[in-house]
Amino acid sequence: MSAETDIAVLGAGPAGGAAALAAAAGGARVVLIDEQAHPGGQVWRKKDVDLPGLAETPETCAGARLRGDLEASGATFLGGTRLWHIERVEGGWRLHLLTRGDRAETLTARAAILAPGAREFVQPFAGWTTPGVYGLAGATALMKSQGCPPGRRSVVAGGGPLALFAAAEILRLGGEVAAVATPNGRGDWLRCAPILAANPALARRGAELIARIRRAGVPILWRHVVTRAEGDRALIRVHAAPCGAEWAPTGAARAFDADALCVGHGLIPNVDVAVLAGLPRVYDADRGGWVVEAGPDGRTALEGLFLCGDGAALRGAETAARAGAGTGQAALADLRGTPAPPPAPRRPDLRARFGRAMTALARPRPGLLRLTRPNTVVCRCESLTRATLDAAIDAGAAGLDALKSATRCGMGPCGGRYCLTAAARLIEDRTGAAEGTVPPPVPRPPLFPLPVAAVAAGFDYDDLPIPAPAPL
Amino acid sequence: MSRTADTPAPVRITFDGRDYDARPGESLAAALLRAGVPATTQRHAPGPARGAFCWMGWCQECRVRHRGRWVEACRLTVYDGLTAEARRAADVR
Repeated sequence: MSAETDIAVLGAGPAGGAAALAAAAGGARVVLIDEQAHPGGQVWRKKDVDLPGLAETPETCAGARLRGDLEASGATFLGGTRLWHIERVEGGWRLHLLTRGDRAETLTARAAILAPGAREFVQPFAGWTTPGVYGLAGATALMKSQGCPPGRRSVVAGGGPLALFAAAEILRLGGEVAAVATPNGRGDWLRCAPILAANPALARRGAELIARIRRAGVPILWRHVVTRAEGDRALIRVHAAPCGAEWAPTGAARAFDADALCVGHGLIPNVDVAVLAGLPRVYDADRGGWVVEAGPDGRTALEGLFLCGDGAALRGAETAARAGAGTGQAALADLRGTPAPPPAPRRPDLRARFGRAMTALARPRPGLLRLTRPNTVVCRCESLTRATLDAAIDAGAAGLDALKSATRCGMGPCGGRYCLTAAARLIEDRTGAAEGTVPPPVPRPPLFPLPVAAVAAGFDYDDLPIPAPAPL
Repeated sequence: MSRTADTPAPVRITFDGRDYDARPGESLAAALLRAGVPATTQRHAPGPARGAFCWMGWCQECRVRHRGRWVEACRLTVYDGLTAEARRAADVR
């Protein structure tokens, strides 16, 4: 099945949702696409389970408002839908989608707005493949959508505000928290004091989270990293050790009995779709690593292709929503051939500065590499250890394509999303190359595992044109 | 645990031949997690088990066999009578 529209928006989080609303408000035909069942993205994710008595949070309120606004707008929402390929066509962009029920469809749009958000980075460490070990952002998404804590007794580990938020959420949902381990020191947070003071509401919320954790008697281990998860078919124990300013473990680990570990080492902008569409990547640690250039109105170097939100630069939900609205208006103006609305007045953007400071707190530091021991699995899908990868690097694999060819690292069903960032750092470390010099491989379609039946279901041998046999 | 009047009735699901109660609207992965089954697959035998990791449908660790297809348990909403199977090492390669 194929369809066409004026503006397609990929990703229904704060950025994509705001872009869709702005474009639909101007009368454009808008299709908003997301792999989850409801708009909201991960940060404003909808609660899927009806749990009476569970209080609303700023995130659930913002999500409910977005979903209500979208419902009332003229935008069409395509939930449970993934993009597996994008290509330029005459007068626009063709999106190849896998919709609910594994049906392949194409959508041709005069303009495409990419708001793909970010995914989580977890540095491979001993035992991170043990069932019961979860990504920190993932566990947060679990709690938001499913309303259940990740386990009976959890350890929460990670930089920036997300670890504190996740720990407080576990307590609120009735779970126990054995410890919070954060590689940030108190000094890291103190240096954010001026930015926090300029955002009193967000600062107050942070203080409330810490107070809730402290009231529950949960130890907060500053400058600590998780070094090992123990367990076979399920997690039983978590080891956390003190770390230095660059996050390398420095001392003896403490052990905590736990059946869940929520651990994250920062976020990575999702650039695959933008790169597949033909945009170059650049490395900018401040924006989240490998990113694609987009203007403040979301315009990219390619006509009719826009990019906004955390997928362009990690700045958080508030900034993403504002960028999304501006991007929706810019796309609409291009479509109409009208001049773009004047750029927002340049005033000090406190929310963006806040987002930037929080991103900096969570940005993975080079010492994390020490968590990945020779026998640690790096590529989860293919169960490849660091020793295997190191051997291939020593044999000459100086880039990720070569490493993939040599070992199959990153060639399993996750498409390398959970190993190639770490693998690139392993190559940089082992070959003495600078950070940000080993780029991720060029993404190829399909971007997600695609059932052959979805694209070949219409095939019939009887349809093959067979020329009449030549006369004898 | 007793159920209060305003809590919706659970749905019955089957994973690897065992029956579990699930909350309407939750994902299969969440239902199994609450039932104490964090492992949803057995990778390279005799290697260790795996289970849901990213909770966003990306890492593919929680894929299970459902209606003849591999689906991510974290994106599969439960329904009464849902039946799914764990992956075995033999399925992986």
